[in-house]
Amino acid sequence: MLARELAKRGYGDGQSFVTGSLLLIGGAIAMFVAYPILCVLTSAVRDDAGAFAPALFLAKLTGHSIWGFDCLTGGACGVAWNSLALATLVGVVTTLLGLAFALLAVRTDLPLKPLLRGLSILPIVTPPFVIGLALILLFGRAGMVTNWLALHAGIPRSRWIYGIWGIGIAQVLAFTPIAFMILAGVLAGISPTLEEAARMLRATPWRIFRSVTWPLLRPGLTSAFLIGFVESLADFANPLVIGGNFNVLSTDIFFAVVGASHDQGRAAVLALILLVFTLAAFAVQSWWLGKARYTTVTGKGDSGLHAPLPLRLRAASLLAVVPWLLLTIGVYGTILAGGFVAQIGRDNTPTMQYFLTAFSVDRGVGGWFLSGSAWPSFLTTLELGLIAMPITAALGVLTAYLLDRIRFRGRDAFEFLTMMIFAIPGTVIGIGYILAFNAGAIQLTGTGLIIVAAFVFRNMPVGIRATLASLTQIDRGLDEASLMLRASRAATLRRVILPLLRPAIATAMIYSLVRAMTAVSAVIFLVTGGYNLATVYIVGRADVGEYGVAIVYAAVLIVFMMILLLTIQAVAGKARFGRRDEAVAVVS
Amino acid sequence: MFSTRTRHLAFAMLCLAGLARPAAAESTLIMYCGVDENWCRAMTTEYQKQSGVNVQMIRMSAGEIYARLRAEKENPQADIWWGGTGDPHLQAAEEGLTEEYRSASLPKLRDWAQKQAERSKYRTVGIYLGALGFGYNTEEIKSRKLTPPACWADLIKPEFKGEVQMADPNSSGTAWTALATLVQLMGEEPAFAYLKKLHANINEYTKAGAAPAQAAGMGETLIGIAFQHDVIDVAIRGKPIQVVSPCEGTGYEIGSMSIVKRGKHPDEARKFYEWALTADAQKLGAANRSYQVPSNADAPIPPQGPDLSKVRLIDYDFAKYGSSAERKRLLARWSTEVKAGAK
Repeated sequence: MLARELAKRGYGDGQSFVTGSLLLIGGAIAMFVAYPILCVLTSAVRDDAGAFAPALFLAKLTGHSIWGFDCLTGGACGVAWNSLALATLVGVVTTLLGLAFALLAVRTDLPLKPLLRGLSILPIVTPPFVIGLALILLFGRAGMVTNWLALHAGIPRSRWIYGIWGIGIAQVLAFTPIAFMILAGVLAGISPTLEEAARMLRATPWRIFRSVTWPLLRPGLTSAFLIGFVESLADFANPLVIGGNFNVLSTDIFFAVVGASHDQGRAAVLALILLVFTLAAFAVQSWWLGKARYTTVTGKGDSGLHAPLPLRLRAASLLAVVPWLLLTIGVYGTILAGGFVAQIGRDNTPTMQYFLTAFSVDRGVGGWFLSGSAWPSFLTTLELGLIAMPITAALGVLTAYLLDRIRFRGRDAFEFLTMMIFAIPGTVIGIGYILAFNAGAIQLTGTGLIIVAAFVFRNMPVGIRATLASLTQIDRGLDEASLMLRASRAATLRRVILPLLRPAIATAMIYSLVRAMTAVSAVIFLVTGGYNLATVYIVGRADVGEYGVAIVYAAVLIVFMMILLLTIQAVAGKARFGRRDEAVAVVS
Repeated sequence: MFSTRTRHLAFAMLCLAGLARPAAAESTLIMYCGVDENWCRAMTTEYQKQSGVNVQMIRMSAGEIYARLRAEKENPQADIWWGGTGDPHLQAAEEGLTEEYRSASLPKLRDWAQKQAERSKYRTVGIYLGALGFGYNTEEIKSRKLTPPACWADLIKPEFKGEVQMADPNSSGTAWTALATLVQLMGEEPAFAYLKKLHANINEYTKAGAAPAQAAGMGETLIGIAFQHDVIDVAIRGKPIQVVSPCEGTGYEIGSMSIVKRGKHPDEARKFYEWALTADAQKLGAANRSYQVPSNADAPIPPQGPDLSKVRLIDYDFAKYGSSAERKRLLARWSTEVKAGAK
């Protein structure tokens, strides 16, 4: 009703669907993102007794442990610099690797394409803890590879994996597939017309790539970088497992809250810095993209052939991809095998003991029942993840549509808010959610609802990013044509845009479910006795050194999610651009 | 036009409505558990079996539980906080997050457990004691032909350069106990001189308290400073690690239990409290591979645990080293003088 009233006044295009959606999403974001974060951040300017203390805030903000440059003189640098360096490194490497993958998968006819796709999905479905653990089992000072090298090549054993290199490798393994999914979508969406035109003008493949394809990839590249950068900033599990003395903001925030010093003010200050970094990444992105247009899918005819990939580029891509693949295979071999031997690397006797502890099914008086210790958390996680999935995807796509297609006041603030929850470490979100929803008007703690809300709003940004990247390539002319024909905005979105966005929607859904099933830090504060979650359980097992059960559970989760994922992909399917393909072209 | 979507929406709403169900009101107990998951689970199921009360247990570290109780202050979600190191329990008592309660069985408890209750004005009580120590990897020591360390003083020997691991006292209660222990054992100035020398031998300040024990078990480090029961736990899982109780004497933690103030099930919480102090309930620790010393004098001390006759416990001043002011001061000093210092 309010929406209709506002629409009449001409806000947001004058359609009640648009204003209604804006109100819905704006309200939801204000309530589930801005408000909880505000609850935490206000403690930045308070002392322990809760009084307003700006001087203390300034002292904490400029602290040496945050901004120090001691690493230049042999000490350790401040956490802010550490996080920034790591995130930049990971952002760049994942983007380039993702591009190499996307080029090979979309633009070549290499026979290993299905393998590429399959392997690249693996890290997304992996509970975050596990990659770091597997890296230690392989490359730690007493790791399998390290031992082998020491024995056969005389390379002395060291602890090099603990620190920026270990975290970097683990994060690159984990986040490259997201870059790949974004870039593959963008690459597939580039209309061949321009490349074909360049080819007609006798440009070499390399020149076509440099001057046509690469510029058109910009929105995808920046999106991929931004996600890699922000994911790295917010990643909690890998620095925890393999970080050594290399401190980063996300773990420092966690331990400022739950550690022996119990300094929530410091946590809030660190979270503030993390937010500023994210904001800066945003600013850089919009500056680089500038005002250029990237639309290539128009309402006009859209047939043609993509230019072949330059040979040099193809070779370089392969060269980049192969080490990644080998490492991935090594890590996953360790994970899958690790759960079924007594003690991996030390005692390789096969055993089913861990699997049975976690997932056994017994027959009792009342028939079959699930007696394994992992079942309750597994089923709860699945239930909550499945509920969150469609909501996340719908909100993500709708938000992206509004951001890209509608002009309204406060658009930039809106966009920033949607990214914000993504950038803040889960622990802060968790505490914010408790502070915001434990007392007062809306009481959600202790219910599954609060976990679903955390999932939805934490994972929404990926849906938004993926959809935005695809949307920038779809000509507004299509919308306009539909609107001219008197279709409403809603009908245009449903009939014209959504079908073209199918890959983006699939990405959003997959990612939402998978992240929900593998999230740790945001929900560790929200779980209650009735809603124990899979990853919280896994971390608990690993915490006490029961690596067998932890690894077997992770392996089961991975296999299960792979199956789920392939099903969703098959159902959601590809966008139908209606292009002729290579084979047809040859015949004609 | 919207029929399908509306239907989906309606379905989602239904699911959400189902999720918002409140916890059942009668005969339920919500417990935050601060020890190993197996032990937590054993306590839960055993009590459920004996009393018929439906126990909902959430396992977190003591620091996490304390942070969560603070955040939930206005509308507490838990009834009882069972287990986990004593300092955050004392802090919660100091801030009035927990309820005063005097159990009838207090006189049956060992001395240190009763003192813990007095100290907190009966807002918490000791349920187990764990002594600090370290563990070394036996295979690595043997293959490098080194003398096994036996004292705190051995850890700063040059041959252990880059081979000792301990947690960061800023993040871990275990490491805070170690810092406070050394200060009490040696005096503040000599302790900091020692810690600076130790810093040269440290390869990593881990975040979690038990991590150094696990790393030593895996051979990722030679020596790990941790609670002795954590080291023993790693050894019992088949790793080549030997526990050491330092010859100069050592500090300890008092694992505690508190009733959450304004919890929704106060009667159930008190019943559980009484049960948890009985000898039978306290036997469950050793049965689940947690070899701390139980607080009930009738509960047997697990033979696998550290031999208390050989462990020299210092007279740990929990009142002083449990207070926030002293903690902040020592942690700040450690961070600037030791951790940020050159190797």
